[in-house]
Amino acid sequence: MTTPSPVPTVRSSQGDISVLTDRFTGSLNPDKRSGYSGWIIEKTHLPAFASALRNELGYDYLSSVTAVDYLPEGLLEVVYHAYKTIGGPGVVFKVQVPRTEEVEIPSLVSIYPGAELQEREAWDLFGIKFTGHPDLRRILMWEGFAGHPMRKDWHEPYYEEDAKPLKSRWPEGHPVMAESKNIYGNNIAYPDGFNPENQTFDPEKALYDALRQYSKDEIGLGTDRIIVNMGPQHPSTHGVFRIAVLLDGEKIINLKPVMGYLHRNHEKIGERNTFIMNMPYTDRLDYLSSMSNNFGYALAVEKLMNIKPPERAEYIRVIMAEMTRISNHLMAIGALLNDLGAYFTPMLYALEERELILDIFEAVAGSRMMCNYFRFGGVARDLPEGTLQKIKDLFFERLPRKIDEIDHFLSENEIIRARGIGQGVLTAENAIRYSAAGPLLRASGIPYDIRRAEPYSIYNRFEFDVAIRQNGDIYDRLMVRFEEIRQSIRIVQQAIKHIPDGPIMAMKPMYQVRVPPGESYGRVEGPKGELGFYIISNGKPNPWRYHVRAPSFINLTAFGPMCVGQKVADVVAVLGSIDIVLGEVDR
Amino acid sequence: MNDMYGKGILKGLGVSLKRFVETYLDDIAWLGRRYHTDEGIAHRASKDARGIFTVQYPEEKIPVPEEFRFVPFLVYDESPNGEKNLRCTSCGICAKVCPPQCIWIVRSTDPATGRPIPDPAEFFIDADICMNCGLCAEYCPFDAIKMDHDYELASGKRNIYNKERLSKSANYYEGIRPMNAERENALRAAKEAARAG
Repeated sequence: MTTPSPVPTVRSSQGDISVLTDRFTGSLNPDKRSGYSGWIIEKTHLPAFASALRNELGYDYLSSVTAVDYLPEGLLEVVYHAYKTIGGPGVVFKVQVPRTEEVEIPSLVSIYPGAELQEREAWDLFGIKFTGHPDLRRILMWEGFAGHPMRKDWHEPYYEEDAKPLKSRWPEGHPVMAESKNIYGNNIAYPDGFNPENQTFDPEKALYDALRQYSKDEIGLGTDRIIVNMGPQHPSTHGVFRIAVLLDGEKIINLKPVMGYLHRNHEKIGERNTFIMNMPYTDRLDYLSSMSNNFGYALAVEKLMNIKPPERAEYIRVIMAEMTRISNHLMAIGALLNDLGAYFTPMLYALEERELILDIFEAVAGSRMMCNYFRFGGVARDLPEGTLQKIKDLFFERLPRKIDEIDHFLSENEIIRARGIGQGVLTAENAIRYSAAGPLLRASGIPYDIRRAEPYSIYNRFEFDVAIRQNGDIYDRLMVRFEEIRQSIRIVQQAIKHIPDGPIMAMKPMYQVRVPPGESYGRVEGPKGELGFYIISNGKPNPWRYHVRAPSFINLTAFGPMCVGQKVADVVAVLGSIDIVLGEVDR
Repeated sequence: MNDMYGKGILKGLGVSLKRFVETYLDDIAWLGRRYHTDEGIAHRASKDARGIFTVQYPEEKIPVPEEFRFVPFLVYDESPNGEKNLRCTSCGICAKVCPPQCIWIVRSTDPATGRPIPDPAEFFIDADICMNCGLCAEYCPFDAIKMDHDYELASGKRNIYNKERLSKSANYYEGIRPMNAERENALRAAKEAARAG
């Protein structure tokens, strides 16, 4: 426990990039828009700049790639956030192109393979073509979908207005059920010249072609390669997820995750919402760890508003976030055991402890999973009487003992060892290249934890170790989660001891906050990895851009490479060890 | 590795056996009070719980904490002559803060002057769209809309609740959220005193 020290600013330092300004004279300029930071690079120089950034300056971890549609300015912008895995502030760089139907920007997949799925997402939702991308297909929408939904001039069916609150609700609010409008027939837009009668288009062709791209017969036996589809909704997967694998016998030659079955265009909804309305929507991203989602979003908006929550609120936030991590990891451990065949017994033992944590969430936030507890500048309400005692009992008397019991029960089990050790290996180098985050990254031997690398909130006051293992296999990912639970218990124990009395909001609660124009990227170490929110405000009540850097989604970039060479039966176990939640993958 | 085959499985079975035995030990220790009683349910949700954990819904129900929130309702105060006065002034803040926009309000107007009067002519909540976030209750300046505790709302039809269906008495509210109601009443009393003084 140290005295409060100022939270380091998360704005990217412009210092060490300036060595590159000479090399890219004229094409690399600081972003001078008010409220913005970082650099704008000419699109032709993007690959050279990115490789200099990575190879010379050590920004080896590309955290987020996303696009912004500046409709009034007539610009499309791609925004990159890169960090160093040794810690410290990151760098933001952007590419701007005129906003037209066909937009092309060089792909960074060859430099940062972690951009693969994110560039596909930007193509799908914004229609930005990344030249040189090895497999540029739609990812969340289906092949054949007309238009790019995140463009500001794209409107959904049932479209009413660009921004909530909708005028039809008050003061003359006569309820209309959306389904009573019966818009079948005009709730969907078809591509030009589309005729369902003579449609020969095969939506899966692109996927299967992409799978076969790597199919080379090395041995020359001429054996058949077959494509197996697992899912959507394979019982062992963790939701509506589909995996297409190319097999040689039982060996995996290539694997592609297929997602989007739960897609609801969270980001488009988020841009229609006012700032506060997004808070309950973030609960529904990774619905197993809603408190962490709240945390990331609150941080991003607070950074724009330039406010800091009071002390007590900071402590409550940390306690809640760490409890979320524990409950999420318990779920992940239980689900992985399900995937390994230990059907539901370990799962239910893990769920019991999670249940006690959810009881506390219910008492504090009003709901077990959809917590909606954080507000800009604090939390929604103070801890009710007796809750702190409950947390204390749980964290000092029960949880440490129970975690040891589950660990003791599982970690020496020969089936888990046989199926976990040496399987689904992700090397340290690959983990960074594929922008893996959270337990996935740390099990591969990279001690990168945002709570340490770039402390937010009050994490710099707590003593804890970054859980780390060296081998990067399924077993190590399981063990890292156990260790993280123990460290989280340590943090909560310290926080309970030092939590002060006082206010829980920095300002008067307001249903419509004023957010100054600018951009901000708030990131937290969520239970599944780096969870980032990229927000652009233009001073209106609604965010202009609201992007979620979803750890489950980006961790899937490494899923294919981890499985190649494994047997098909291990796919489910590898997926279980990544720990995804489809609400967050598909958004 | 060979010499330890089966050990992990035995250990696992041992854990399950321990829990099985503990369930019955607790049953004996509690002598039938472990089930269908409030203290039994509370015990099974406490840090000392061991053995079987489950609560047999709907025969048993876990008591909901005060902050628990479900579909909102409108609070009315009863005047001594039995008149029900909704606290709602139809200011529309709840409709403006509602994330899924499921609140529909028709404001009353004075028939003589055509000016709006602070009383809702109609008030609808589309309970099928409501996401139970509680923002309406949180930002209502008149303590007029509050989150309910009644979660057994399953029905086979579309649920658009009107003003009559939504109205519940202040007594009911004080019953489900005693601490909140006490705090709010004190605040309101202080405000009125300030206005009078």
